[in-house]
Amino acid sequence: MSVSQRLVKTFVRWEAVLVVLLVGVFILNTSLSPFFLRRVNLLNATYNFMERAIMALPMMLIIIVGEIDISVAGTIALSSTMMGLAMQAGASIPVMVMVALGTGLLAGMLNAVIVLRFRVPSIAVTIGTMSLYRGIAYVILGNQAITGYPRELAAVGQGVVGNTMFPVPLAIFIVLAVVFGVVLHRSRLGRCFYAIGNNATAARFSGLPVDRYKAALFSLNGLVAGFAAVLLTSRILSTRPNIATAWELEVVTLVVLGGVAITGGKGSIYGVLLSVFTIGYLRFGLSLINVPSQVIGIITGLLLVGAIILPGLFEKLSNRMIIDRQLIPEIDSEATATDA
Amino acid sequence: MVRKIFATGLVLLMSAAMVFAAGRAEGPADDDTLRIGLLVKSLGNSFFEAARDGAMEAAAELGDVEVIYQGPSTPTAEGQIEIIDSLIAQGVHGIAISSNDENALVPAAQRAQRAGIEVISFDSAVAADGRSIHLAPSDDELIGRSQVQAIAEMIDYEGQIAILSASSTATNQNAWIEWMRTALEDPEYANMELVDVVYGDDLSDQSYREAVGLFNSYPNLRGIISPTTVGVAATARAIQDEGLVGQVELTGLGLPSEMSQYVQDGVSQNVALWNPIDLGYAAIYITYHLLRGNVEAEAGAVIPAGRIGDIRVGEGLVAVLGEPFVFDASNIAEFADIY
Repeated sequence: MSVSQRLVKTFVRWEAVLVVLLVGVFILNTSLSPFFLRRVNLLNATYNFMERAIMALPMMLIIIVGEIDISVAGTIALSSTMMGLAMQAGASIPVMVMVALGTGLLAGMLNAVIVLRFRVPSIAVTIGTMSLYRGIAYVILGNQAITGYPRELAAVGQGVVGNTMFPVPLAIFIVLAVVFGVVLHRSRLGRCFYAIGNNATAARFSGLPVDRYKAALFSLNGLVAGFAAVLLTSRILSTRPNIATAWELEVVTLVVLGGVAITGGKGSIYGVLLSVFTIGYLRFGLSLINVPSQVIGIITGLLLVGAIILPGLFEKLSNRMIIDRQLIPEIDSEATATDA
Repeated sequence: MVRKIFATGLVLLMSAAMVFAAGRAEGPADDDTLRIGLLVKSLGNSFFEAARDGAMEAAAELGDVEVIYQGPSTPTAEGQIEIIDSLIAQGVHGIAISSNDENALVPAAQRAQRAGIEVISFDSAVAADGRSIHLAPSDDELIGRSQVQAIAEMIDYEGQIAILSASSTATNQNAWIEWMRTALEDPEYANMELVDVVYGDDLSDQSYREAVGLFNSYPNLRGIISPTTVGVAATARAIQDEGLVGQVELTGLGLPSEMSQYVQDGVSQNVALWNPIDLGYAAIYITYHLLRGNVEAEAGAVIPAGRIGDIRVGEGLVAVLGEPFVFDASNIAEFADIY
């Protein structure tokens, strides 16, 4: 491709739209509230969306291979409940963390077994296990809360790195994002995920262990949900069966707004990173000017719908512009190429 | 290549924002108007919209108060924490909270306190280490005594009465019933006799059967106190069905929306419950006086609260709004639209 072709494609890439959105969010919020653009506020605001941001990373991989997991918020409730029971049984903090991670891992593995062994669509399975996992938390806790977590636990979810103002959850997210980014974009495994998402049958006939990869991703998703439960519990030092209500949809929103195709096979870590901070700071900015929470929900909902419709439109636009300039004779495979 | 540009761009944008931000001064602007956040369990709940109306009324009377009404869209602690953080970030002066989880809000509430914000709770408490004063809608003694007084006025201080409670293990119900027994020892109630306490377990059909059982067991029964919303509605229906209106009087703690028709039909002359308007109104007055330094948050403090009068701060920094608010034929229809 020529330079001008690249420029055209770059300009209409979804990530470019997200960069514009993010810059727009910053400009808008700065002009609406004098409190937005303060380092302490920008850093502290991240505490409130880092659990969901971290959960978006494995969810990105799940969606890229053409599956979905709606049960993650239920997994958080269950993991946090088990963590609380461990605490009440006298467990130390490391043991509590292991219990939460283990619960999440088991929940993810159960999803994998049902989806892959019984060949049920993952959306149906995980809608079921979403209610199942949260339901168990409700049965155990009823209307009660588990409290009395040791103060030291707060160092994870509420802590800062060393003597800086840098939030621990944000640091963890950045490290994990680098790991997930390298795996997705720089490794053979990442290319396999795109291949599976584009055509699982073809991938299988090419000798890829499709089911094993998918099972690993579901388990990983559960494990990370367990980790998010540790962060959230550490942040609020309390467990109720309704914690993280509706987060599954917010996590999927982050991933899809990030340009990951809900049909699989397409997407990048950069898009997800941009969408995490765009939505996070959009919500923060809107709440700074005291927009009612339902209206914030409507705005993020509209963004999601836009995110599903617009990338397709942009792709068409992109192709047409290229054709118009007669730089290439017709739509070639490049237009639908994966980001591998 | 393209992706590298985006990644670099993102990093640059964030760091530019942080560097730029570092130069700004901290702390709220030095103005005269106090900005107080009224943080409720969730939005779209008419009980709390009534509390907001009360808060606005107080703000209008005080003049130099701006009320910020906020709540999460689902009644969760983490949703409230997100809002507390945004209230801290925008430098409000005070926050009054009806909490979804008394302990989970403590770390966020303490962050607010460290930022110099006055934090109180109302209706549903935040644990003591996360707030100064908690404003409770009422207390056990006031509830017990006011219920006995209400039924006494209906039956001219004479005759047999019974209590229809929720479950026999409910701590709050038992505390109220104990205070009713204590109140009945007062000389003015000497001609009244508490003949029975029955339990409907807060189930509508069981409460109904227990009420009918009372009519059969005590043909001379003059009044029933049912300090539970389910019980009082079921008893009202039983009195109406058995044709005992006027013969057996009824009072209790009832939701205006459920009791409105019965009160207007005369089945019950009045019922009582917390008044969300007064809760929001008093919450703003308390926060205001604490912020202006007019009162200290300490046991024994007396806080003037406009039309409600003085509110006394008790042990554990719990302030009690007063007796449950009485709904009778003159006002229940209006409140029935609220909750």
